[in-house]
Amino acid sequence: MELAPVYLAFILMLAIFLGFELISKVPATLHTPLMSGANAISGIAIVGALLAAGSKMPGLAPILGAVAVTFATINVVGGYLVTDRMLGMFKKKGD
Amino acid sequence: MMDSVAVNLAYIVAAALFVFGLKMLGSPATARRGNALSAAGMLIAVVVTLLSKGIFEWHWIAVAMLVGAVIGALAARLVAMTSMPEMVALFNGTGGAASLLVGWAALYGDGSTFTAITVTLSVLIGGVTLSGSILAWGKLSEAFGSRAVVFGAQRFVNGLILVGLLAAGVLFVLQPAPDSPVFFVILGLALLLGVMAVLPIGGADMPVVISLLNSYSGLAACAAGFAINNNILIVSGSLVGAAGIILTNIMCKAMNRSLANVLFSGFGAVATASKVEGEVKPINAEDAYLILEAASSVTFVPGYGMAVAQAQHAVHELGELLEGNGCEVTFAIHPVAGRMPGHMNVLLAEASVPYDQLVEMEDINRRMETVDVAVVIGANDVVNPAARQDEGSPIYGMPIINVDHARTVFVLKRSMASGFAGVDNPLFFGDNTRMLFGDAKASIMGMVAQFKD
Repeated sequence: MELAPVYLAFILMLAIFLGFELISKVPATLHTPLMSGANAISGIAIVGALLAAGSKMPGLAPILGAVAVTFATINVVGGYLVTDRMLGMFKKKGD
Repeated sequence: MMDSVAVNLAYIVAAALFVFGLKMLGSPATARRGNALSAAGMLIAVVVTLLSKGIFEWHWIAVAMLVGAVIGALAARLVAMTSMPEMVALFNGTGGAASLLVGWAALYGDGSTFTAITVTLSVLIGGVTLSGSILAWGKLSEAFGSRAVVFGAQRFVNGLILVGLLAAGVLFVLQPAPDSPVFFVILGLALLLGVMAVLPIGGADMPVVISLLNSYSGLAACAAGFAINNNILIVSGSLVGAAGIILTNIMCKAMNRSLANVLFSGFGAVATASKVEGEVKPINAEDAYLILEAASSVTFVPGYGMAVAQAQHAVHELGELLEGNGCEVTFAIHPVAGRMPGHMNVLLAEASVPYDQLVEMEDINRRMETVDVAVVIGANDVVNPAARQDEGSPIYGMPIINVDHARTVFVLKRSMASGFAGVDNPLFFGDNTRMLFGDAKASIMGMVAQFKD
């Protein structure tokens, strides 16, 4: 086995710890926006989708990629916009 | 055209923006900017990918992005705040679908064992996320009925699916090919598993499911990242995966149940609580107004019923009138009130309730004895004292908002039906409880009208 997968696993481990540290202190008030904001980030699959859709790979790959681009774009655009819409409503007293 | 070093450097910037964005989402004052930062990170990642040497073909990408952006933007604009849980469920599903397809497409690249394993994982997690989210959406929007579905052979069937997946996975990894029939078996079983996983989970447990699917959508992206050897997918996917797991854990704790119990027990399908009987004391809006007018401290406890009745704006108006009357007004929110984590907070924010008036369960319970009136609006299980007293109750041990310790409790309720979990609520028969029957919004408006007279 080559070394690349090991480096990827290393990155995975660090990112998971970072994720736990980042999120564990979020107040309950923000749970919904946090969730939809995080959900928008999971639309990062769009990067993989673009690479597949634009590739010279044979067979179905570009088509699968293009469909994936559509789904991921819905996820990204919808996720960020709806989170912004929600957060725009959170106001402090007197704002 | 950017070379791959430049692309990967830009991915680092994007990842840093995601991290900062998530950090800033932790405080109401900075959350909106945090979300914008995170979106900027995504934009950078997309743009550099489009500029990279891996992209040869443009037009399908342009069409796909345009279609996706229009659908996403319209959905985000048009969705009602009360339907937010359904929306988030669907967005989770699209994320899962994208990761599934990315993994699938990766099969046409190299045929190494490592790729085959990671493709199998991304199809599995992505498929579970996709079909599970669609079913969760159906349950939340009541399209498929929202009850937990439990049947006798469920565990056996799930076991068969898992064994089938394992066998198909091994077969596929030994001989990976994009058109292998085994691949479609894996795809089909993954979709089936998603349905089977969400089927036994019912209404009041939905916040757990949403959080868990959120986590899966991140893990699916992560697996797809391994399949195509891409750092940014792995980093972002695992950030989301971790976030979802933390929320899931918070939700489980708020119900005093283990994750395994939520996932497999089919709560609501098995209720063995002792029957509660007694006399309820109804009250009308006029008398309720007289008590509220004399109160110096009022706390509202909203539940899913407030969302159904769309009563949040009326509640805000009543709160303002009470404040004008010199009363201290708070909104006490149980972590699992509603159908997703933080659901009630969003609805109240929509109705312009300032977030500093929203208090968490522990805070209000500590000073519940000093609260003159607790107004329960469409909440049931999260204020059910049986959770403290009745060991036979299915919700025994769940932390609740102790409204029964307030001097007076108003319960706004449509009729005398039991709550979502099908559990009887002794709160309704308490000495200090007054029942205000009718549509929650109409009841609140009635009190508002009394105040204005």
